[in-house]
Amino acid sequence: MASTLKELAVVPSKQYQAPQAIWDKIADSKEFKDLMATKRMFIVPAFIFFVVYYFALPVLVGYAPQFMSTKVGFVNLAYLFALSQFFVAWIIAGLFVKAANNFDRLAKDILEKAENGKGGK
Amino acid sequence: MNISLVMFLVFIAITLGITYWASGRSAGASAYFAASRQIKGWQNGVAVAGDYMSAASFLGIAGIIAFFGYDGFLYSVGWLVAYLTVLLVIAEPLRNAGKYTMADVLAYRLKPRPVRAMASLSTLTVSTFYMIAQMVGAGALVKLLLGGKVTYNEAVIGVGILMIVYVVFGGMLATTWVQIIKAILLMAGTVLLSILVMAHFHFSFGQFFNAISQVSYHDAKGQQVVKDFLQPGLRFKPPYGPLDLISLGLALIFGTAGLPHILVRFYTVPDAKTARHSVVWAMVLIGSFYIMTTFLGFGAATIVGPDFIKAHGGNNMSAPLLANALAGSIFFAFISAIAFATILAVVAGLTISATTSFSHDFWTNVVHNGVERRPGEEVLVARISAFVVGGAAIAIAIVLGPTANVAFLVALAFAVAASANLPVIVLSIFWRRFNTSGAVWGLAVGLLASIGLIVVSPSFMMIDAATVTGTARHLIQAKAWFPLENPGILSIPLGFIGAIIGTLLSSEPSSQEKFNELLVRSNTGLGAEKATAH
Repeated sequence: MASTLKELAVVPSKQYQAPQAIWDKIADSKEFKDLMATKRMFIVPAFIFFVVYYFALPVLVGYAPQFMSTKVGFVNLAYLFALSQFFVAWIIAGLFVKAANNFDRLAKDILEKAENGKGGK
Repeated sequence: MNISLVMFLVFIAITLGITYWASGRSAGASAYFAASRQIKGWQNGVAVAGDYMSAASFLGIAGIIAFFGYDGFLYSVGWLVAYLTVLLVIAEPLRNAGKYTMADVLAYRLKPRPVRAMASLSTLTVSTFYMIAQMVGAGALVKLLLGGKVTYNEAVIGVGILMIVYVVFGGMLATTWVQIIKAILLMAGTVLLSILVMAHFHFSFGQFFNAISQVSYHDAKGQQVVKDFLQPGLRFKPPYGPLDLISLGLALIFGTAGLPHILVRFYTVPDAKTARHSVVWAMVLIGSFYIMTTFLGFGAATIVGPDFIKAHGGNNMSAPLLANALAGSIFFAFISAIAFATILAVVAGLTISATTSFSHDFWTNVVHNGVERRPGEEVLVARISAFVVGGAAIAIAIVLGPTANVAFLVALAFAVAASANLPVIVLSIFWRRFNTSGAVWGLAVGLLASIGLIVVSPSFMMIDAATVTGTARHLIQAKAWFPLENPGILSIPLGFIGAIIGTLLSSEPSSQEKFNELLVRSNTGLGAEKATAH
């Protein structure tokens, strides 16, 4: 019951609290900047790629329907391109999960330092 | 007795059993709103899929493909690709920095009261609009699936009462398991149906696609035509068709990551890494499902035929009729029961996200300045608001009636999520200069632009033939001012511009100072909410 009652408090009192200076220090640390740079290096190009790849579909199908109707085997270019979107999305998701293991490793170092440095709880 | 009805009752009995089980585990805010944050990654992934794939996907897309071929399949693509935005940009920061709602993330460095009030308004708008669309569809559908054994009103009331019971008594835990069971049933039914379609064509893709290339039906003028259903352009015709499709794509890509009922799911897992894995699980299921709409939709077009579907309940009946044609009435009943489960799981998810936002954002944090006046108040208010939201949804669905033109409500929900919610979440996580004024402006402009553009779009403004009567008629009998049914292409940039201008008009040093804290929290998970014991 004790844990239930504690949960009822809405004010974020049991959250990790730290003065402004600590947050600034972490944000300015080399480790944190590395983490952000590593994340950015994957997420920004991946995001741009999938958005361009995805919108190429309605643009091509909408404005070049004749070309997209070109037969390829049993099907046509339009269907193959639409189908490829699913696999491209899955591949990007898979690559992200792989890259994210690296983010987790970098974040863990920062977390450990922060939690040892200043008694948070 | 009707086999469909028996299967419906079995599903209801199982879900009520789960609700009873969950009710003993839903004491306390974290348990009630976030299932104690103990849902496993794969479970949450399946639940996200169950929360997301509505009857509009299952029955609606199958139907659009059955009538318009390839252009219907185009719909399928965006629903999966949208999850990349959720995965790459939103899920982890949200889980790291928030507690129960998306507004938690905004409130970190902005002034909590105005921001939460606007975010709550936007959440309630998205959830109730989406819910009304589902309820009206559900009423008409349940009536059809049960062969007219229940009336539209009875069906709406039944669905409404069930969703209220799940949410009031079982909270997020019961909602989660209803969604998991639904997703498993939906996948099982879709795989079975796909196999049966291929068996019909002797497992030859050659035969299948050959049949697709010559679908014969009667067009609007009553003339017999034969069309290649794999060819683009049967639905989205120039001049505005392709633009509407791009606009819909924008609403999906930016809106899915701003749907409150999807976002709250990420608070039910122990940490950000689990949230990430749950998105991947969801993508596997959602992607597989939408690829299989090839078999459902084209199968219905080739095996059942558009003419037959039109004469037996229309568009939404394509998948159940296909089941009936392939394996008889028991399979029809099974697919119908899945459609029913699909509706219930989605409306339950919408109800809990609406009530969480009302109670946590509006009641506790806006009205009472972030303080619960007595223990358990927040959960109590959520339970009461579930009755109110559910009751209102039932009443509105009954007033509108089965023929009401409500398809635009889904487009509207995605447009608001993409134009109001997403810009402010993204800017608050990534832009140091962002402030309260920017968030309020962004939410208000995104919300108003979406609603305004829908009101002057062909969804509201169209000149109907004299034979169209009642709520099926368009409200404004004039030529539409905005030619697209999906406002995203204009409303999303407006939402971002609103947020940016609002920010630049005001200066808020405290928001800039606290940016580092949010940046560190959202990217490392430092101080993130932990799972709690039951």
